[in-house]
Amino acid sequence: MDFSVLRNLISRYCVGEEYWVDSRTVYIGHKEPPPGAEAYILQRYPDNRIVSSKYTLWNFIPKNLFEQFRRIANFYFLLIFLVQLIIDTPTSPVTSGLPLFFVITVTAIKQGYEDWLRHKADCSINECPVDVIQQGAVVRTESHKLRVGDIVMVREDDTFPCDLILLSSSRDDGTCYVTTASLDGESSHKTYYAVPDTMAFVTEQEVDSLHATIECEQPQPDLYKFVGRINIYKEQEEPIARPLGAENLLLRGATLKNTEHIYGVAIYTGMDTKMALNYQSKSQKRSAVEKSMNAFLIVYLCMLIGKALINTVLKYSWQWSSDHDEPWYNQRTEIDRERHVIRAFTDFLAFMVLFNYIIPVSMYVTVEMQKFLGSYFIAWDTDMYDEDLGQGAQVNTSDLNEELGQVEYVFTDKTGTLTENCMEFIECCVDGHIYIPHAICNGQILSAASSIDMIDSSPGGQRRDHEDLFFRALCLCHTVQVKEEETVDGIKMGLHQGKPTSFYISSSPDEVALVEGAFFWEAGFWVQRRSSLLWLNFLCVSFRFELLHVLNFDSVRRRMSVIVRSSAGENLLFCKGADSSILPRVVSGKVEQVRARVEQNAVEGLRTLCVAYRSLSPADYEEACHRLSAAKLALQDRDQRLMQAYDFIERDFTLLGATAVEDRLQEKAADTIESLHKAGMKVWVLTGDKMETAVATCYASKLFRRSTQILELTKKRTEEQSLHEVLFDLSRTVEPCVCVCVFMSRLSVDCQDYGLIIDGATLSAVLKPGPESSGSGNYREIFLEICRNCSAVLCCRMAPLQKAQIVKLIKASKEHPITLAIGDGANDVSMILEAHVGIGIMGKEGRQAARNSDYAIPKFKHLKKMLLVHGHFYYIRIAELVQYFFYKNVCFIFPQFLYQFYCGFSQQPLYDTAYLTLYNISFTSLPILIYSLIEKHVSVETLKRDPSLYRDVAKNSLLCWPVFLYWTCLGLFDACIFFFGAYFLFDNTTFTSNGQMFGNWTFGTLIFTVLVFTVTLKLALDTHLWTWINHFVIWGSLLFYVIFSLLWGGIIWPFLNYQRMYYVFMQMLSSGPAWLGIILLITLSLLPDVVKKVLCRTMCPTATERAQVGPLPDRI
Amino acid sequence: MMASSYNAKEEDGHVAVPVGGTIKNKKPDNTAFKQQRLPAWQPILTAGTVLPAFFVIGLIFIPIGIGLYVTSNNIREFEIDYTGTDIDDPCFNCSQSFSWNNTRPCTCALDFSLDHPFESNVFMYYGLSNFYQNHRRYVKSRDDSQLNGDINSLKNPSKECEPYARNEKAPIAPCGAIANSMFNDTLDLYYVHPNGTRIQIPLSKKDIAWWTDKHVKFRNPGNNPNLTAAFQGTSKPINWRRPVYELDTDEENNGFINEDFIVWMRTAALPTFRKLYRIIQKKNNMTPTLPRGNYTLEVSYNYPVRSFEGRKRVILSTISWMGGKNPFLGIAYITVGSVCFFLGVVLLIIHHKYGSRNNSADIPN
Repeated sequence: MDFSVLRNLISRYCVGEEYWVDSRTVYIGHKEPPPGAEAYILQRYPDNRIVSSKYTLWNFIPKNLFEQFRRIANFYFLLIFLVQLIIDTPTSPVTSGLPLFFVITVTAIKQGYEDWLRHKADCSINECPVDVIQQGAVVRTESHKLRVGDIVMVREDDTFPCDLILLSSSRDDGTCYVTTASLDGESSHKTYYAVPDTMAFVTEQEVDSLHATIECEQPQPDLYKFVGRINIYKEQEEPIARPLGAENLLLRGATLKNTEHIYGVAIYTGMDTKMALNYQSKSQKRSAVEKSMNAFLIVYLCMLIGKALINTVLKYSWQWSSDHDEPWYNQRTEIDRERHVIRAFTDFLAFMVLFNYIIPVSMYVTVEMQKFLGSYFIAWDTDMYDEDLGQGAQVNTSDLNEELGQVEYVFTDKTGTLTENCMEFIECCVDGHIYIPHAICNGQILSAASSIDMIDSSPGGQRRDHEDLFFRALCLCHTVQVKEEETVDGIKMGLHQGKPTSFYISSSPDEVALVEGAFFWEAGFWVQRRSSLLWLNFLCVSFRFELLHVLNFDSVRRRMSVIVRSSAGENLLFCKGADSSILPRVVSGKVEQVRARVEQNAVEGLRTLCVAYRSLSPADYEEACHRLSAAKLALQDRDQRLMQAYDFIERDFTLLGATAVEDRLQEKAADTIESLHKAGMKVWVLTGDKMETAVATCYASKLFRRSTQILELTKKRTEEQSLHEVLFDLSRTVEPCVCVCVFMSRLSVDCQDYGLIIDGATLSAVLKPGPESSGSGNYREIFLEICRNCSAVLCCRMAPLQKAQIVKLIKASKEHPITLAIGDGANDVSMILEAHVGIGIMGKEGRQAARNSDYAIPKFKHLKKMLLVHGHFYYIRIAELVQYFFYKNVCFIFPQFLYQFYCGFSQQPLYDTAYLTLYNISFTSLPILIYSLIEKHVSVETLKRDPSLYRDVAKNSLLCWPVFLYWTCLGLFDACIFFFGAYFLFDNTTFTSNGQMFGNWTFGTLIFTVLVFTVTLKLALDTHLWTWINHFVIWGSLLFYVIFSLLWGGIIWPFLNYQRMYYVFMQMLSSGPAWLGIILLITLSLLPDVVKKVLCRTMCPTATERAQVGPLPDRI
Repeated sequence: MMASSYNAKEEDGHVAVPVGGTIKNKKPDNTAFKQQRLPAWQPILTAGTVLPAFFVIGLIFIPIGIGLYVTSNNIREFEIDYTGTDIDDPCFNCSQSFSWNNTRPCTCALDFSLDHPFESNVFMYYGLSNFYQNHRRYVKSRDDSQLNGDINSLKNPSKECEPYARNEKAPIAPCGAIANSMFNDTLDLYYVHPNGTRIQIPLSKKDIAWWTDKHVKFRNPGNNPNLTAAFQGTSKPINWRRPVYELDTDEENNGFINEDFIVWMRTAALPTFRKLYRIIQKKNNMTPTLPRGNYTLEVSYNYPVRSFEGRKRVILSTISWMGGKNPFLGIAYITVGSVCFFLGVVLLIIHHKYGSRNNSADIPN
């Protein structure tokens, strides 16, 4: 045993893997490795049971309660409830217990239901049948019984039950096609490869006879990364080790396509699968409204504690004389008298309990309901529905609805977001000669074929040669797949007749356009068969190429290559990629002409790619092969090693030419950008594209206008001057504008606007923490200062991570602006996750962005309605909701506070228990909820027509401290009116016509009636949109209050131990002065708000208020 | 399938909207509600719309206010304090020599004169000051089911009544601090005829409590007409001189349904309060209920207020449709009406000034 461990260590050391901790060894078919190869260490893995549910039947109640009370608000209410239970408090525990119970129950039911659905889904998944190979035969079991090491057979159109290493497939080239639509939304077929040594296994027996182990990393969530190694043991032979990569790993959730069946070995099961690891909840984003709500809450909490403290202190100073404390008519009990010490503390707690309604439980519920229900309006909006995609907007989180109305910075991707990402082959240039096709469009081949026009048709042998090579390169160097209509034996017949019965699928639309372009030129057509490519040239002369290696595209290298062997036995490396990544590696070819053409095309807004080749000598090829396989075999740092290998191989190119593909602007992109600008948002375009292309797009999309002065902060410029000087130059240019802008802000600002262009390299220089930290911080500040004064910024040549960096930089700047990132591709995910609001476009580059976003929309143009209309609405709705809630509870509780001064600070509640309990739950809850769901203070059309209205709600203006103070003061004023109004009505006089007197409960009921009516009517005054629902809910609430009060006071309730409310309400209504008093007090408390509204509207109306009255004069 | 099931796996408060799966490939309904296009009335509070409202409110409120004020002024009210804090006060001796153990009531008489006759029914109130009937400990110190005639509660008073629930094991009926401290001064009113004879004015004690209280909320225990038997086994409240079944000789006004008791049990809202004591019915249309002249108020002084610096008053008042004398409502109506009217005028001016300016020199933004 000891020896084997030692040997194990040695062998590992020899292979060179020192850090071997995070790996697992899988024994295929649970067979022990032959003695001497590896120590057989049985590892325990979870079974293939998927558990997405949180609770079981047993732990639901404790766990759910624990989860719920972990929230501060719930915990606070629980605390109040417990205090009420323990000490002798003025209000019965029911008053806070019932709402809390209600909230907790509703939440628990909702969560329980969701969990039940999850259980059901889990069950159906866990019990779906799976074919496992055991003892050379197919055995059908249930999915959750799968174990790591089992060999699984999957048939066509089945989803993989766990993460599998592909051993063999029914296709004789050992590949299989898979769609990962349910994982990342990419519907294209991806090719996966079987382990070369096992791909020959066809029958179950053969597969079962395999004796091998797989060593691989422990599960990690990255879908596209996998490193492992398979050791195959054969009798009397050295074990063979083969590298395994992501191309061998079939992921759970993906579906097998175009392949009859495959055999695979389970390596990650159950909750270890990459899919399960990927569905962990994302970090929560909190909206600005929520933050200010919490700030307000703290103020109210302080107010609550302050009130309780004041009352406690006053109580004890008042009680100093014993005739106040214990007059003869009102003695304490003996037990109570003995509790000297804790009495003060319990008094304080009792006051807290009495006033605790100032922070209502129902606010949280209402806010959550508002967000949850409100988000449906976004998903329901037909304006944001796209017919082509068949999809409307999608809401992934409802927490950020109102944040859409607060956006200050918009970061947008270019390709696929601003542009269609629908590529059109425009031209190609071979050695400076330009070729233009007639009619080609992405996805389909249009009218009858006609050959290319050669604008420059100077003949020449060299040219001809390069032309051939160029088209061969286009046809060979790609990862496009043919979607086959009918799989005969891998060849599709349709295209031979020139009919477009099949189409190409690729993750990159550029490639599709290029391949189609190449085909359409009849330059070539390829068929993939096994590992060789067949290439047909003009006149059906076919050349056979064997595909040896594919050096895949990645966004860092920005190029991809293939190594092929021609039928003549010549090894060729074709490479295509961005000019910046190809041209430096070119040693021959007509670089200057091509570069000129490329730049010219880029200025026109076309996407350009350079194509180059390199002829590999056998020695070179051997070297390349060696490096590639070494890198591929590595378990550690495989990516890095591959990079190095690629870097070594892709050099010494001969330039062939360049292609130009047009990416059309999205519909109404310019209009949207213009609107966003007018709404006061700063739009930044972050793209990986080259500067010239990006600038052209920016002009086309009106991000830059002709009047915009462009400031450049690019590598080209920083090469001439130092970064320092450039930055200072720019900031000096920009500064004067600031003064002018401030000065002119009253009038419409017509001052020079600036646009900044920065590229990735310069950006990293600016952001790079220099050796002297002060200096770099300085750059950062200056850069931010410049950006702040530019209406539009274009960042080109950005790596995905740099996009997130920029967003982070702006987020962290001293104004803490609200940022929004919008993009469609996987490269935008980091930025979408970083920004306050992330919006995904359901584009062509898969669904990754949409899946990671907070909201997903079909097209860029929908952003306009999303922000200007929905964002604006949700913001004013939630702002009113929050302010109103605080207001109505100040109105509610402050009279109780005032009453303490007249009842000897004895914590006597002013209102009856039922009123205390139901005030927030039923009397005043529905109107504000409905308001916050359907209020529209301006029409949708006005908001769309006049984007500047967005400025009215910018910077959280409806939830700033002055507004909050206004609402609070209004609440205090109203509360004083209620209390003192009723006080003077009651003060030592009768107000019935039969001379009978009213008691304290009538006093409270009178105040409460005025309160309910005032608070509801205040909302009615704020409502600008009176649909039948509003009418129903507002008048219904008031009616409900009256009916409830009549009922509550109309019966001797047998289960209550007090009947204090008996006939109180009716007696009150039978008195004329009470009616007059109620009307007077309601009028008086609504008066200041109405006056303030009217005065503000008349004296200094906001743009929104003007827009409400009538359309703005069209003189803009 | 899995993806959507996982979507729901969110933290609390992080509400997942499972619309992605369901709406997919389905155009949202084009209904007025879903598209937020419900037909609606869209009022806007502009100076133009509010102005008339202000004038209307002003025009309605001011007359109401004047009416209320005049009505209030026409009400006759006479108040006399008989606490006896001053050495010259007739009741000074009684207030000083007060003791719970006194078996003989201390009586005192106060003379006063009415300058104006009281024409309609006169309501006689007693008033207490600095008496916290709204103190929490006091308010809750009662047992409503006992008062409603529940036999169980009669024998086992609620613990809310502590420390007035039991008197040496015997349950107190009615229990609690409120009942225990029931006002027990007896007030008699005499008209001193100019010829010197004293004529006792008949005081009615009917209808001084709410009808519902007397007939529904308060009930004597059992259906036993013999109240002495019904209250068998209970003790009288400590401070009471008589048990509850001896409050009155009238069968209909005895026990828990004694109206004085019911009136007292309705706790007042504020520490200075008045409670209806008796009603002086108008005899006929010819003579005023209380003619101008001299009167004597005879008090049997049982209720101590000196210990908590309280005051005791007697109030004679006529009542109009709007109750007793209270100028507040009238003044408030007049004030609010005038303020509305004034604001209306101010708004009119502002509206005129700004309205025209806005129209002419509106700078487009």
